[in-house]
Amino acid sequence: MAVSGLVMLGYLVLHMIGNLKIFFGASELNGYAAWLRTIGQPFLGHAWFLWIARVALVAAVVVHGVAAYQLSRRDLAARPTGYQHSGARRTRARQSYATRTMRWGGVILALFIVWHILDLTTLTVNPVADPGHPYQNIVGAFRTWYDGGIYCVAMLALGLHVRHGFWSAAQTLGANSPGRDRALKLTANLLALVLTAGFLSVPIAVMTGIVR
Amino acid sequence: MNLTLRIWRQSGPDAPGELTTYQVSGISPEMSFLEMLDTLNEELILRGEVPVAFDHDCREGICGACGMVINGQAHGPERTTTCQLHMRHFQDGEVIDVEPWRSAAFPVVKDLVVDRSAFDRIIGSGGYITAPTGSAPDAHATPVPKEAADLAFEHAECIGCGACVAACPNGSAMLFTAAKVVHLNVLPQGAPERRGRVRAMVGAMDAEGFGGCTNTGECASACPKGIGLNAIGTLNREFLRGGR
Amino acid sequence: MTSNPTTDSSTTDSSTADNPAADNPTAACADYTVGEPIADAKAPAGPIAERWDRRRFEAKLVNPANRRQKTVIVVGTGLAGGAAGATLAEQGYHVVQFCFQDSPRRAHSIAAQGGINAAKNYRNDGDSIRRLFYDTVKGGDFRARESNVHRLAQVSVEIIDQCVAQGVPFAREYGGLLDTRSFGGVQVSRTFYARGQTGQQLLLGAYQSLSRQIAAGSVEMHARTEMLDLLVVDGRARGIVARDLVTGEVSAYLADAVVLATGGYGNVFHLSTNAKNSNATAIWRAHRRGAYFANPCFTQIHPTCIPRSGDHQSKLTLMSESLRNDGRIWVPRTAGDTRSPELIPEHERDYYLERIYPAFGNLVPRDIASRAAKNVCDEGRGVGPGGQGVYLDFADAIARLGRAAVEAKYGNLFEMYQRITAEDPYQVPMRIYPAIHYTMGGLWVDYDLQTTVPGLFAIGEANFSDHGANRLGASALMQGLADGYFVLPATLADYLAQVPSAPVPGDHPELTTVLAEVSDRLKRLLAVDGDRTPESFHRELGELLWDECGMARDEAGLRRALARIPELREEFWRRLAVPGGGEELNQTLEKANRLVDYFELAELMCLDALHRTESCGGHFRTESQTPGGEAARKDEEFGYVAAWEFTGGAPVLHREELTFTEVHPTQRSYA
Repeated sequence: MAVSGLVMLGYLVLHMIGNLKIFFGASELNGYAAWLRTIGQPFLGHAWFLWIARVALVAAVVVHGVAAYQLSRRDLAARPTGYQHSGARRTRARQSYATRTMRWGGVILALFIVWHILDLTTLTVNPVADPGHPYQNIVGAFRTWYDGGIYCVAMLALGLHVRHGFWSAAQTLGANSPGRDRALKLTANLLALVLTAGFLSVPIAVMTGIVR
Repeated sequence: MNLTLRIWRQSGPDAPGELTTYQVSGISPEMSFLEMLDTLNEELILRGEVPVAFDHDCREGICGACGMVINGQAHGPERTTTCQLHMRHFQDGEVIDVEPWRSAAFPVVKDLVVDRSAFDRIIGSGGYITAPTGSAPDAHATPVPKEAADLAFEHAECIGCGACVAACPNGSAMLFTAAKVVHLNVLPQGAPERRGRVRAMVGAMDAEGFGGCTNTGECASACPKGIGLNAIGTLNREFLRGGR
Repeated sequence: MTSNPTTDSSTTDSSTADNPAADNPTAACADYTVGEPIADAKAPAGPIAERWDRRRFEAKLVNPANRRQKTVIVVGTGLAGGAAGATLAEQGYHVVQFCFQDSPRRAHSIAAQGGINAAKNYRNDGDSIRRLFYDTVKGGDFRARESNVHRLAQVSVEIIDQCVAQGVPFAREYGGLLDTRSFGGVQVSRTFYARGQTGQQLLLGAYQSLSRQIAAGSVEMHARTEMLDLLVVDGRARGIVARDLVTGEVSAYLADAVVLATGGYGNVFHLSTNAKNSNATAIWRAHRRGAYFANPCFTQIHPTCIPRSGDHQSKLTLMSESLRNDGRIWVPRTAGDTRSPELIPEHERDYYLERIYPAFGNLVPRDIASRAAKNVCDEGRGVGPGGQGVYLDFADAIARLGRAAVEAKYGNLFEMYQRITAEDPYQVPMRIYPAIHYTMGGLWVDYDLQTTVPGLFAIGEANFSDHGANRLGASALMQGLADGYFVLPATLADYLAQVPSAPVPGDHPELTTVLAEVSDRLKRLLAVDGDRTPESFHRELGELLWDECGMARDEAGLRRALARIPELREEFWRRLAVPGGGEELNQTLEKANRLVDYFELAELMCLDALHRTESCGGHFRTESQTPGGEAARKDEEFGYVAAWEFTGGAPVLHREELTFTEVHPTQRSYA
């Protein structure tokens, strides 16, 4: 979980930076999108790199999902009979909201990835659906309330997921220690905040008319 | 104080169980939670009813025998063992739910008594330093840095009560296992067996049917001895170093 | 070639002079007869420092190839039992081990706080094996056997090595070497410790070694299984009868030798610092089967426990003795002064230990501090609920050293006190009161730790051997581990090498009889169907013993107790209520069954206390005190171990004379 999660996290950081090019205008973003297809040339063929990256990402998603499924099944089996006490627990609840929502947050993100690909990669559900012009597709999509809404909810879920996930991955990989704990938690919060803010800036900019 | 208790009653490992309601009165705030249950049991015996079974022994917070989930929290609202929890932390008229540790690896034996022998098997798989009696060099032959000795001690404080498993939403025994791995692996005496130990103990832990760790931190907040979540980080590091 | 002394009761001289009960025909229960003296036939002669080496050399060995065929039962998994089980299994014996707890890690050794003594002399402060030996004999008020104590001091050195190798995280200096502290009024710094949890850390070391052997299949571990009787076949201990506490099944387990490591019997007092389930059944049942019980009246009372808060009190919690280094003990000058402590001006306080013992003040030995507390409470000057407490005040220490320094030294103890009492000891004085803590008496054993039943060994607190009439601080852990790791494995081999190991047939009449007796006893307990709980009887017995056979004892009180106990026992068998059945986990039944033995043991304790008309160590007879009110020993008359033989009727007293060639008995003085 930790390794696949970190792979996706690294991708998200680059993705988010790329997205911000939308603020420099259509040609900048569309040029950037076209450039992505030329990485590695002439050693690699046209868009080969993109496909390699896509395969790697799909693998990461699948590994992450399968591992999450197996872990969840094991965890549920580890407590066949639950606690009946339903009232509030008075003190000492340690789990944060981010931690508690990892499982359902992950499901939301998985569904969103499917939607996101249909929307902006295959353009199947995109209202503009103009191949080669991602800027126009993005702006078109976010002008519809449901597309922007789905995106915003998913990005909030992403922030929560990263907040616990990054620190948890460090813990799982044994990178944590008493001296580093604070720094790691800070990094996790910062990453979560920057990613969420960066990704959200695009639909918000479109919906508020800053980007047209 | 007068209290309403809803206690898990289950006559045997395979019998169905349920929360049963009891009223207790005249409870002193100075009583420990177990003394409050003693009071209930004395009344039950005189009524000819079977008293509530629960594990307990030293009643000073060190043997690790006692443990019950009180109002949804392992060992109740204070960070201590059930025997050191006092009734002054409850209010007159309160309804208190008392349930056993819940884990597939800790089957219920009777009422609030569970079988924690899985912990013994984890220790037996590698939670020791092989040092047959009589084979030891002089105690000062290997100096141990004070920081290492203190770190080892802080993790060796684990009393094996099982609150970490009971509190974990995944029923994981990572904190218990990690505490012993840290205790032994940070000492020079534990170094020769360091890699095999962590592999064997994690293997034994998984085989017992405990859940997986998702770093929720509930274990550490329930631990009456204050063993921290960093132990799990160290366990993972040792495990990755040990390889499979 | 039995090594056990002949103890033919038919030659008993029922001497009137020795029998304080003889002139009182109504006190038939205080009756006993005197049998042949008993002697330890195993300690070699010669210089004391060479005896253990000689014994080890002369002891027979068991061929490693044959060890697997030898089965040894070890009952108990505390420091002594855990260490013995692990060591015997390492040596190749087949060990079958029992504990009533759900895990061997929970034995009550785990609660020991202070530390463990060892004559390492790492401090270069003049310590030596000889000095530890001397301190222990003197501290035991000259009622222990010199050979055993010297061996203990010798072996102490190896214990620390062994424990460090196991990973016991003892406190260390910044240079990485072991830290030590002085403890219990000793002038050298020989106590090794792991914060306030030394017992826990030592026990976990033994438990981990034991767990390794369990996993290897060398130890067959039966947790939640309680020994209820001893099987003696053809004059030798050949097994035990035990009850599976979960299923209630009563079974016989057979072996070539049986080792009892079942701890002390302090719980006979109901309120003690022992764990709730610590009990005397194993040693008492062994006593009934022929093992002599030595010095049952030697019980130790610890002065610094948290007082009881009411009738609901289920056990008492010890606070480390080290608190007396800086705390000042006082009570109000006038009886019945119920003002809160801060309202009592200095001149109306009585710092009674400082007043009576100006030289030692608050640091007088445990027994003296305990008795003084009882005296002021008896005068009506006790504080707290029920007037059963004295103040231990840190106000002066905080003023002198600063709060931070006091916190650094005692922070964890203050926290523990506050958790239990909800009072802040930085603001108001602590309240303390003495409580039963340790029992020096136990099964009589020879130098090999073998009881008077061949093949039955007793180690740790279960035997009587090393502490005489009073145990020094940090010596219990030392003795438990010495017995378990080093002494027993050597001496047990000598026994196993010499006895024929013909297996006991599973249908041997003795098995059938004992199994039936045990089952019958349990059935009878369930059948009484009365109206009193076992707890209520235990409480009543405990209060009786505490009043009459506690910190101070006198003839009238002991006779009252000896008259009352049989009445209570009769009532027990008439009015006991035990719900549930015998074929399930039934904690009420467990408790009732332990009580059966407590009644009998309590009687023997009182009888022993009655016959020993001297004061020594933990045994204080008010009739025998110095003009200054201190314990007065009578070495001429009582310089012996009282080993009691069970007969079913009046017990038989066998005296083991103690000779002191190395340490000359002196009267203690702390004034």
